[in-house]
Amino acid sequence: MKLTLKIWRQKSAGTQGKFIKYEIDNISEDTSFLEMLDQLNVELEEKGEEPVHFDHDCREGICGTCSLYINGHPHGPHQTTTCQLHMRSFKDGDTITIEPWRAKAFPIIKDLVVDRSAFDRIIQSGGYISVNTGGTPDANEIPIPKDVASEAMDAASCIGCGACVAACKNASAMLFVSAKVAHLGKLPQGEVERHARVQRMVAQMDEEGFGACTNTGACAAECPKEISLTNIALMNRHYFNASFSH
Amino acid sequence: MSWLIKTLTSTLGRKLIMSLTGLFLIIFLLVHLAGNLQLLKDDGGMAFNIYAKFMTSNPLIKTTSYILYATFIIHILLSALLTINNLRARGAGYKVNRLSEGVTWSSKNMGILGTIIFIFLVAHLKHFWYEMHWGGIPMVTYEDVTVKDLYLVVATAYGELWYVLFYVVGMIALGFHLYHGFQSAFQTLGLNHLKYTPAIKVVGIGFSLIVPALYALIPLLMYLS
Repeated sequence: MKLTLKIWRQKSAGTQGKFIKYEIDNISEDTSFLEMLDQLNVELEEKGEEPVHFDHDCREGICGTCSLYINGHPHGPHQTTTCQLHMRSFKDGDTITIEPWRAKAFPIIKDLVVDRSAFDRIIQSGGYISVNTGGTPDANEIPIPKDVASEAMDAASCIGCGACVAACKNASAMLFVSAKVAHLGKLPQGEVERHARVQRMVAQMDEEGFGACTNTGACAAECPKEISLTNIALMNRHYFNASFSH
Repeated sequence: MSWLIKTLTSTLGRKLIMSLTGLFLIIFLLVHLAGNLQLLKDDGGMAFNIYAKFMTSNPLIKTTSYILYATFIIHILLSALLTINNLRARGAGYKVNRLSEGVTWSSKNMGILGTIIFIFLVAHLKHFWYEMHWGGIPMVTYEDVTVKDLYLVVATAYGELWYVLFYVVGMIALGFHLYHGFQSAFQTLGLNHLKYTPAIKVVGIGFSLIVPALYALIPLLMYLS
């Protein structure tokens, strides 16, 4: 495959960036998107140019490190992570525009790499369960209905990649925050702290400068882990309940 | 009180206010429509004029109308504030941006739709509401009651093609605004469940089609007759 890439290049946080066009050839359709960028970087290094910086880690769709806004969608045309996107999703001769996540709360560090530590600070504000460590409890000590366990597990599958923020026209982080609120709040171990947790996490989310939700559903449509909008409704219920009755 | 201010000024709290004011305005649309439909009654405007007199003199209705004015102002000002904040949260936009699957055009353009409705509202208030309260409207007597002939003002306006078209455009914008707004209000309140959300969506779509269509039908029929 022969492709034209338009990639956002930016030297550092404070400098102006711009799109640079690259031509690349000999790309197999079995290549993953990130491997295609690796191939480009090898070519750039051979020419003595600086390689394109982008985030990646596990490359098996579970860590949430890879990002990239590809042809108008976070993680590209399919509902996967970028590392699970393959070049067979594109046609020979295509032009692919690659941009970083765009959000005030996710400042660009370099090229396509953004600082997502705002998510870490939201987790630090309440995304945990305060229990003292001790001996391993018996697995059946606290009975949890299967449907509750499944719903909590579905919410827990959020990998914190930030595609929801990238996709949302308001750069809202509500799908991410609500997934954490639902995942911890549904289980009996986390339920006891749910009021304080949702208030602290929402306060931190606002502090970071994320936008408000307008229920477009773009976040859930683009989420590689298919986190549902019902989590946002649940977060709203928990938050209003916590604010008005606790 | 600090807890209340903290709650209502958070992103979730602001959305709560948008949702509740929006739902109140949805109820208002039904009441207003019921009144408007009397314009189509073939009685030279008697039912409509007596109704208009009642709506501007009944103490309970008058009190409710002040709540309504406040609701409109809050809904409009807060949406402007939220829109500005949301644009700031994005910062520099994308070069290439495509609509995600299942995302409606309405949901991404609520601000633009709201602005069209706002322009419509200002003109609408000037033409009818202001005239009814402070304008020099001729009086009309039905048996033992004398009331302002608002029907004459409305009929004159609806005799102008440009005004009818302006009205229809306003109602189309309202339809698209409601298409997203109706179901969105319930989602913000935290009401999203497999059991009843499909019903909310169907009712919302029906409401957004039927109510603006009936509103628009009145000036169209009056212009044609």
